[in-house]
Amino acid sequence: MAGFSREAAIVGIGATEFSKESGRSELQLSVEAVLAALADCGLTPADVDGLTTFTMDTSSEIAVARELGVPELRFFSRINYGGGAACATVQQAAMAVATGVADVVVCYRGFNERSGSRFGQVSVAAATQVNTNGLDNAWTYPMGLGTPAATVAMQARRYMHEYGATSEDFGRVAVADRRHAATNPNAFFFERPITLEDHQASRMIADPLHLLDCCQESDGAVALVVVSAERAKDLPQKPAYVAAAAQGSGKDQFVMTSYYRDDIGIPEMGVVGRELWRQSGLRPDDMPVAILYDHFTPYVLMQLEELGFCGRGEAPGFVADGAIEIGGRLPVNTHGGQLGEAYIHGMNGIAEGVRQLRGTSVNQVDGAGHVLVTAGTGVPTSGLVLSA
Amino acid sequence: MSAPGSVAVIRPMVGRDSAFFWEGTAAGELRIQKCNGCGSLRFPPGPSCPRCHSFDQTYVVAAGTGTVFSYVVHRHPPVPGKELPIVIALIDLDEGVRMVGEVTDAVPDGGGSEEIEIGMRLRVDFTRIDDDLTLPTWRKA
Repeated sequence: MAGFSREAAIVGIGATEFSKESGRSELQLSVEAVLAALADCGLTPADVDGLTTFTMDTSSEIAVARELGVPELRFFSRINYGGGAACATVQQAAMAVATGVADVVVCYRGFNERSGSRFGQVSVAAATQVNTNGLDNAWTYPMGLGTPAATVAMQARRYMHEYGATSEDFGRVAVADRRHAATNPNAFFFERPITLEDHQASRMIADPLHLLDCCQESDGAVALVVVSAERAKDLPQKPAYVAAAAQGSGKDQFVMTSYYRDDIGIPEMGVVGRELWRQSGLRPDDMPVAILYDHFTPYVLMQLEELGFCGRGEAPGFVADGAIEIGGRLPVNTHGGQLGEAYIHGMNGIAEGVRQLRGTSVNQVDGAGHVLVTAGTGVPTSGLVLSA
Repeated sequence: MSAPGSVAVIRPMVGRDSAFFWEGTAAGELRIQKCNGCGSLRFPPGPSCPRCHSFDQTYVVAAGTGTVFSYVVHRHPPVPGKELPIVIALIDLDEGVRMVGEVTDAVPDGGGSEEIEIGMRLRVDFTRIDDDLTLPTWRKA
């Protein structure tokens, strides 16, 4: 146990519906989610004095504060690197409330990521941004490597080559997610499970990745309210204490294209994992359930290895017998994940972690006292251990 | 096969630390950054050597041969300036650095199954886009 472990808690969660066309602005989506999260824990905008989000979010903290009528902000921050920011927004909030810099910090993320700017397409903006990330992308985009699926496929192919993993191994992640989504009324793929045969028959997007290895593009927003452990005692919901919150970046790190180091896997998630176990004093075996960022299936296997649930190259065996499905040894993404529920840049996964601790998940793991949640993979990233 | 001239290919951001590379491709050279402080080679390039922290950087011209470390066959969605499918490889150069490049002769006419595998030997080629941009591309050695 170290530092701010269990000094802060997520006490409120809120979200919009998840869809392919929200029909309203990204700012409105975020404001709706924040209001829902505040209502969930009996607070109002007047109580909020901190806001934190992703660098990529198009709605600034001050814009959200204006729409909410938040009188004053004492803390505001943003985290870079796409979906890698998700759990780090909670880390920001937890550090702020644990140190007394702020009292009530709301983490939010909202976008029209399907009806507006689609992340699955080639982003000319990413390749032309005037900063070092844009300069880094000069080594891939002009060469034709310009979609998230393709950048991940490069790592997936090497993983298959080194460890004998197969497309079916990746497919088992999609099958588990879609099974969980099938019983989640808020999931885009509610009542639409898939089989491994469906996965194998889906069209090739960026070989070796099939369509069903790739998460959907979604419109929606999620917000999370973080307060100190002391304040949490006075609020109506069962607190989800932040037992650990970590960021991680590895050697010779790039955004999605860390191809130039010996290991082209995701060692940055190993950095996150070691820190989560150090801060929390817990171990992988203590986790009855995990929410592992799943914009692409191969990364779930690599995360199981980096986080210490199994050895290097052993994840295909780990998932082979349904271990990551409800009822298995380590149910993963019980809300359906980003492949099944929605892609809200990992923030919907944090909300599911909170539901597991409250005992209100649609795929509840009996007596879940801890939950591991991770953020975007293949990028500088973050993670949480939440505890009841 | 690629059709880089048809739709605007995505152009690289070029800065002080990377201009030598693109000047090289225009001249038909594949240039790798070399540190004058410790002699180490590096790709992608940068202003400071991560090993010895020297800012004195030059380059060497690569032999232009390498081995496939990994690869992708990109089928969806569209890529500006490319006719799909395309094969994109991660190539270990014989000098010891690694870079991404399109392999232009690995997709048969008609776009059938690709002809590439990890360990395959490749040789660099230079595909001129216009007066300001020449891309390094790769063919089977």
